[in-house]
Amino acid sequence: MVNRKGWLRRAAEYKYMYILVLPLLVYYALFEYVPMYGLMLAFKEFNFAKGIWGSPWVGFANFEEIFRLNDFWIAFRNTIIIALGRLVFEFPVPIVVALLLNEVRRTGLKKMYQVVYTFPHFLSWVIVSGIMVNFLGTFGVLNQLLELVGLPKTNLLVDPETFRGLLYGSSLWKDMGWGTIIYLATIAGINPSLYEAAEMDGANRFQQMLHITWPSLRGTVVILFILQIGHTMSSGGGGFDQIFNLYNPAVYEKADILDTYVYRRTFSVGDSYGTSTAVGLFKSVINFVLLVGANRLAKRLGQEGLY
Amino acid sequence: MIRRNNWADYAINALLMALAVITVLPFYNVLITSFADPAAVAKQTFYLIPTSFTLNSYELLLNGSYVGRSLGNSLIVTLAGTFVNMMVTTCGAYALSKKAMPGRNVMMAGVVFTMLFSGGLIPFYLTIKNLHLINTYGAMIFPVAVSSFFLIVMINHFLSIPPSLEESAKIDGANDIRILFSIVIPISKPTIAAITLFYAVARWNEWYHAMLFVTDPKLHPMQLFLRNMLADVTRMARDDMGAAMMSQLSQRYPDGLKMASVIVTMVPIMLVYPMLQKYFSAGVTLGAVKE
Repeated sequence: MVNRKGWLRRAAEYKYMYILVLPLLVYYALFEYVPMYGLMLAFKEFNFAKGIWGSPWVGFANFEEIFRLNDFWIAFRNTIIIALGRLVFEFPVPIVVALLLNEVRRTGLKKMYQVVYTFPHFLSWVIVSGIMVNFLGTFGVLNQLLELVGLPKTNLLVDPETFRGLLYGSSLWKDMGWGTIIYLATIAGINPSLYEAAEMDGANRFQQMLHITWPSLRGTVVILFILQIGHTMSSGGGGFDQIFNLYNPAVYEKADILDTYVYRRTFSVGDSYGTSTAVGLFKSVINFVLLVGANRLAKRLGQEGLY
Repeated sequence: MIRRNNWADYAINALLMALAVITVLPFYNVLITSFADPAAVAKQTFYLIPTSFTLNSYELLLNGSYVGRSLGNSLIVTLAGTFVNMMVTTCGAYALSKKAMPGRNVMMAGVVFTMLFSGGLIPFYLTIKNLHLINTYGAMIFPVAVSSFFLIVMINHFLSIPPSLEESAKIDGANDIRILFSIVIPISKPTIAAITLFYAVARWNEWYHAMLFVTDPKLHPMQLFLRNMLADVTRMARDDMGAAMMSQLSQRYPDGLKMASVIVTMVPIMLVYPMLQKYFSAGVTLGAVKE
């Protein structure tokens, strides 16, 4: 432990560091911590004229109110279902693709695949949703093809049954490449002599994949899986951008998540700052618990956690 | 030892190639629509093989006043925003990499805590409002000044620099700030370049904060303009009963124009992409798993 009497002197040594870190601290204070104080709105009845401080406290009334709302439970249920869906449908794909890519011998080809797959990751969901609507909309390519073959036209975007599938599919289209890169980087770190030794022992490629590649990947997979769980409340992480740009009233029933629900309540319903903040707080608390729990789980499994 | 390709190889490659085609296909479609004659598109016999070519949509796009302005806004936000991003993140990360600095652990805990817990939308909105940032460029730059993820990547990078480097500079009489700018940054070029590019892409893709805080269309960045343009017509396209109304709206924002806007918004990313590629593995493993 450090010498307490000397800390002031040491602090003086670091005076330039304090100057350097100041803008950063200002950012966190202003844009991350100040809003946290605004959370008290969840326990107040917001009166525009009186502002945050002056508005009266109402205890848990806001929470009681939202727990009675059907829409809230729909959003909550969807948040969980979609998060689970992402774990089941989206999570394994980059792993599988990375394993397959690893088998490609020609580096030029391998590189080409990586380049192609990763590009959509850098586009915003505004662009991707625009592309998707162009593809899947009433006058889109998909329907033109269906018409050609004589099948009835569909509009996947407004069909509640297919919308979730679209979410998973488009999210994969956009981010599969990026996830693959992460796993490939881990695979690249595996000692090649392991493979040589296995081959001399007569292992075929599949066995090599099972007994060498996979165990080395396991650590990364576990951490990312647990992180994914920790982001459940945000619909598997980054869900808002995608869903917000793609959804429409016809699919709220199946696709509205807590984040989009809060957004709508805030800016459409209006006059409900207290209740909207309550939903946000509810979500944040659950998110926090999940993340901390997930991180502990990772540590307990012997892997390094987030922090 | 060279292996001959067996059936597994062909199967794997077939699958990977199919994935690649699926990835590229939507872009291809957008591209040819942007160069297509609106009449050919409206006839709905517009297959995957283009039957017309026109620069019409692009002319419309670049002559329209809103687009030029939105592009300009995006440029301003990207340049200023990335600059702010890098200044605050780099200086802060360097300071936070000094483990012996009093208060450092508290600060790190403060940073990590924000990755786990957030204040929520409304308090965030009210904060920005009280800072008088509504309807300013600032609203698109300052609330996103730091990404905790990139900050940590950079801290880890600075931690990996041998202390002897800085110690010898100190002996020569340099102060900390001099050391940062004259020594540490020059040897950190790869990491700094990578993070700069990632930040720049994020700023270019910015639409959410603009949508929340900037109601004045004169300040809208390109992504937000694009979003409004797409949502407008597509809202109709999703409702079959609105199809009739849509053909009228189509005149305002025809398909070709929409797709041309998408392409134009994508171009900077496409230009920057080759540079980004170099830093994929490096940047990602730095931040993801510490072996």
